[in-house]
Amino acid sequence: MDAIRTEALTKHYTSGFWRPRPYLALDALTLQVGQGEVFGFLGPNGAGKTTTLKLLMQLIYPTSGRAEILGKPVGDVGVKQRIGYLPEQPYFYDYLTAEELLEYFAAIFGYAPAERRARASKLLDEVGIGAERRLQLRKFSKGMLQRVGVAQALINDPEIVFLDEPMSGLDPLGRREIRHLILRLRDRGCTVFFSSHVLGDAEALCSRVAILVNGHLATAGRLSEMLAFQVRGWELVVSGLTEAALQKARALGHVTGAAPLGESRYALELPLTPPPERILAELMAQGARLVSLNPLRDTLEDFFVRHVSGDARARPSTSLGAGGPEPS
Amino acid sequence: MKVVRHIAVNVFKESVRDKVLYNLVVFAVLLISTSYLLGQLTAGQDMKIIKDLGLASISIFGLLIAVFIGIGLVWKEVEKRSIYALLSKPMGRGEFILGKYCGLVLTLLINVGIMTIAYYAVLAYLGWTADPATRTSWPASPTDPAMLEAIALIIVELMLVTAIALFFSTFSSPFLSAMLTPGLWDIGHFNDDLRNLGAVTGSPAAASVARGLYYVLPNFSAFDVKAQVVHGQAVPLSYVGLTSLYGLTYLALVVLGAATIFARRDFK
Repeated sequence: MDAIRTEALTKHYTSGFWRPRPYLALDALTLQVGQGEVFGFLGPNGAGKTTTLKLLMQLIYPTSGRAEILGKPVGDVGVKQRIGYLPEQPYFYDYLTAEELLEYFAAIFGYAPAERRARASKLLDEVGIGAERRLQLRKFSKGMLQRVGVAQALINDPEIVFLDEPMSGLDPLGRREIRHLILRLRDRGCTVFFSSHVLGDAEALCSRVAILVNGHLATAGRLSEMLAFQVRGWELVVSGLTEAALQKARALGHVTGAAPLGESRYALELPLTPPPERILAELMAQGARLVSLNPLRDTLEDFFVRHVSGDARARPSTSLGAGGPEPS
Repeated sequence: MKVVRHIAVNVFKESVRDKVLYNLVVFAVLLISTSYLLGQLTAGQDMKIIKDLGLASISIFGLLIAVFIGIGLVWKEVEKRSIYALLSKPMGRGEFILGKYCGLVLTLLINVGIMTIAYYAVLAYLGWTADPATRTSWPASPTDPAMLEAIALIIVELMLVTAIALFFSTFSSPFLSAMLTPGLWDIGHFNDDLRNLGAVTGSPAAASVARGLYYVLPNFSAFDVKAQVVHGQAVPLSYVGLTSLYGLTYLALVVLGAATIFARRDFK
């Protein structure tokens, strides 16, 4: 059973009061997320990431298509008992303290008072909220609210946690802590579905990603496969390479670029073929020594930019086309 | 129902922390100062006036709370997006609406309860300090329990106003709700005039429309028995019971309507 499954999930909004114009926020999204995965839901602002998460939380209703969580339709109260959700730029009752907020949510999950206090305390420790937990939330910074938001999403030990831009508003230390938290969740078998436009987070955390552009799924799959598909050569760093040996390799087309690193060390760019082992053997026969060999491949950022620009060219916006403003 | 209770308690907590209960201080100062002033200016009539003023104050203060908190009850949650995290928890949208409603009713009950205690305390003090000649001119005892009937109907009326404010809050802005809720309350106090409009105009069409409105709009004038109890006239318990039943039925339908609208909303 998939943790999350959507089938042709579509959402139209209308904008304008006197002359309402429909626009497509999400276009027939079909997606499966397995249990225990850390799934990255990527896309630029306005791509439809938050719309998708709101559909999965049934904060909005789909125009067509359907979505299931743990094999049941979204909105099922039994399913809600097993999931956690961090909204984008969360806002909570500012007259409550962080402790009170978490205890309130724990009460809604049906925990007894002692258990509520224990859970709230443990989670606030885990997200790095110290003595401030007894301050009203109106005194919290954006980053601290984000930490409280993450804590409330985990109050019920969820099987699936949905995080909408979890790193937003956090300082580098906070980002690292949340990354570690996500990895700990993964290690204990929790499925993590998080949206982000920070690609480094996805590269560091995700087993699979989906890239959404203008409400349309551009691509989805295992990150390793996507990147492997994009390997476009090799970077070879050698020392003791003579100028003559370099010119010969260039002439044969075995080296497409070379950058001197000083002290007879070079960073060479090799094509995909012939195999790098063969080129390396040739160079070593002429006195070069291996320092390192790495595949040259697109980063997720390159991949992302290419898909965004490609999709934008392929899908000019129409009155019912993608590209409308994402609801705030 | 546990979820409803937790949401209701949270609404009450919000009211306390947002200092809504400070109105009680204003009420107490108003009641005590007015009692003192009237005691200086009038002879014999002061008790009736103070009773009337006290009941009117309980009603008005309650109305202000019901309208001004009620109209923002749902709107504020949606506007500030605090509803996103809450609705993802194991609850239905109907439970959310019911919890919000019960929370505000709880705030009102505690408010009216404290105002009632203060009201009776002032009246008891005035009765105790009055001279016997003045006391004989009063149509009823200063602490006449019949006034509790008027207060009971004020509570039902406030519960109905809260339901109406909540209803508007589920789909409109506070500005619009702040116009519509008191507007409806005002019209509801002249509901009997709608029934009699047909006889005045002589137009059967206008009479039918007026009669239809009479039945559809809430009849708030039915809850107002302040004048009777102040003048010592008996209000039958059956009247209080039936009017309360009417109010509770009406408010149940309004809350159901609010829950139905809210259940279909998209939170963009």
